[in-house]
Amino acid sequence: MTTSVSTHVEVRGLTRAFDDKTVIDGLDLTIRQGEFVALLGHSGCGKSTLLKILAGLDSETEGEVTVPERRSVAFQSPRLMPWLRVWRNVVLGLPASSDRALAERYLAEVGIEEYAGSWPKTLSGGQAQRVSLARALVREPELLLLDEPFGALDALTRGKAQRLVADLWQRHGCSVLLVTHDVEEALLLADRVLVMDDGRIAYEAEVGLERPRNLGSPDFVRLRGELLHRLGVHDASAQLDEPTATTTATA
Amino acid sequence: MPAPNTAVSGTSPPTHAPPPHTDTPAPSLTKNDRPAAPRKPRALRVPRGVRRAVGPVGLLLVWFLASSTGVLPESVLASPVDVLQRAIDLTGTGELPQAIAASGRRAAIGFLIGATVALALSLTAGLFRLGEDVIDASMGMFRAIPWVGLIPLFIVWFGIDETPKIALVALGVTYPLYFNIYGGIRSADAQLIEAGRMVGLGRLGLIRYVILPSALPGALVGLRYALSTAWLALVFAEQVNADAGIGYLMSNAQQYFQTDVIVLCLAVYAVLGLLCDFAVRLLSRRLLAWRASFDGEGA
Repeated sequence: MTTSVSTHVEVRGLTRAFDDKTVIDGLDLTIRQGEFVALLGHSGCGKSTLLKILAGLDSETEGEVTVPERRSVAFQSPRLMPWLRVWRNVVLGLPASSDRALAERYLAEVGIEEYAGSWPKTLSGGQAQRVSLARALVREPELLLLDEPFGALDALTRGKAQRLVADLWQRHGCSVLLVTHDVEEALLLADRVLVMDDGRIAYEAEVGLERPRNLGSPDFVRLRGELLHRLGVHDASAQLDEPTATTTATA
Repeated sequence: MPAPNTAVSGTSPPTHAPPPHTDTPAPSLTKNDRPAAPRKPRALRVPRGVRRAVGPVGLLLVWFLASSTGVLPESVLASPVDVLQRAIDLTGTGELPQAIAASGRRAAIGFLIGATVALALSLTAGLFRLGEDVIDASMGMFRAIPWVGLIPLFIVWFGIDETPKIALVALGVTYPLYFNIYGGIRSADAQLIEAGRMVGLGRLGLIRYVILPSALPGALVGLRYALSTAWLALVFAEQVNADAGIGYLMSNAQQYFQTDVIVLCLAVYAVLGLLCDFAVRLLSRRLLAWRASFDGEGA
């Protein structure tokens, strides 16, 4: 039941265990309608499991989960059916009346309508990921779930894809939950950033920055430092020891 | 950036340098590397198809020469000319076409029965866990029995008419198709199935759009095996009391020591097998156009 206008996703006391290992442990989560939420965490912290539960792909759970009816997922890999042409991939699962024109409209929105009749094998990684986004959007989801969709892309392509997602979100007005391990990506895109740890939301930050966001602005850098600190509590390796210099360099 | 640049230019001169200096150690290498265009006419450029034909044509020629000089007596092996002549004669009398039709009918019916059984079993075992438990273990057990060895049993069961022959073909076809389709279904990518569920495909939709297409490459490989097995099964089956068909022609010829007819029949089996294989490969090319590459097994 999702009649409430203001809260779109409501999770109370969610618990998910695999065998005897508890991955999600009494988690609470709220996403407002039209809100863009990023979920950060170390790999294996349960963030992808949470996304799967919200997607409805995993139902062996305890606790309350309220989500809107129309949900779409873009996975880390595009997961296109190699035996269906691009446009058929986009409208796969829709009522039989859905046609190529519909698929092309959404492919145009992600900027690759010219590949509608191609086989997925001919696409680059970034193009395939765009098709995957088009497939998610064609369902006009109320909640869009993104599971590290840019993780496998090179830096340039990733930047473009991030801007594309920001555009699409503003145009469609759906709620978005973006699972990522990239702090900058989270801060560039999200209204609110959550840090998941030990199976629950351990930290939460409102990102009150103006869009489009500036990677070098003091507030951005401060938030970034704070989030990295939160993430680095348990593992002080990879991302932690980079000061602001690299941030401005990538910008 | 300067450091990598110097490193590169440091290594490249030696690679250019050897050709002029070290002629003796690797002359063939330098020849191939550098002046490719002027050397080309020297090497004999024969089209691949011609090159591939040299072997078989040569063998035919040796066979022909051996026969015509009397080294190879006709009682051992008829000459290729005789075989060809016999093919023309038997086609004229209608015996050969009739035999091919009779054998083709057995192969086709046997194949259809075997394929239907294989499809039903592999779908049941592939899609349902209960089906897997019941069927797959039994299929594994039956496969251990050499199917050719079942001929005596089939004669006891089905007599000596068409039935045991068709049954043997059906049996030979069932195994390769079953194991390949079943394997194909079970190798369906769990991630694609999840994506399919996410876009709203139901059980039937998943089977139709995800599971069966993933099984297709395996199924086609199975089809190739199945068709060649079908002809092989026929060769065995037709040795048993046939009154029509290629095998009948062959066993008759055996009684009269007509080696030309025997060779002709073997050639007909081979050609039919090749035609089937060719048809499946065409089918694969059409059906698997979506694949980055399709199986590069050569024939």
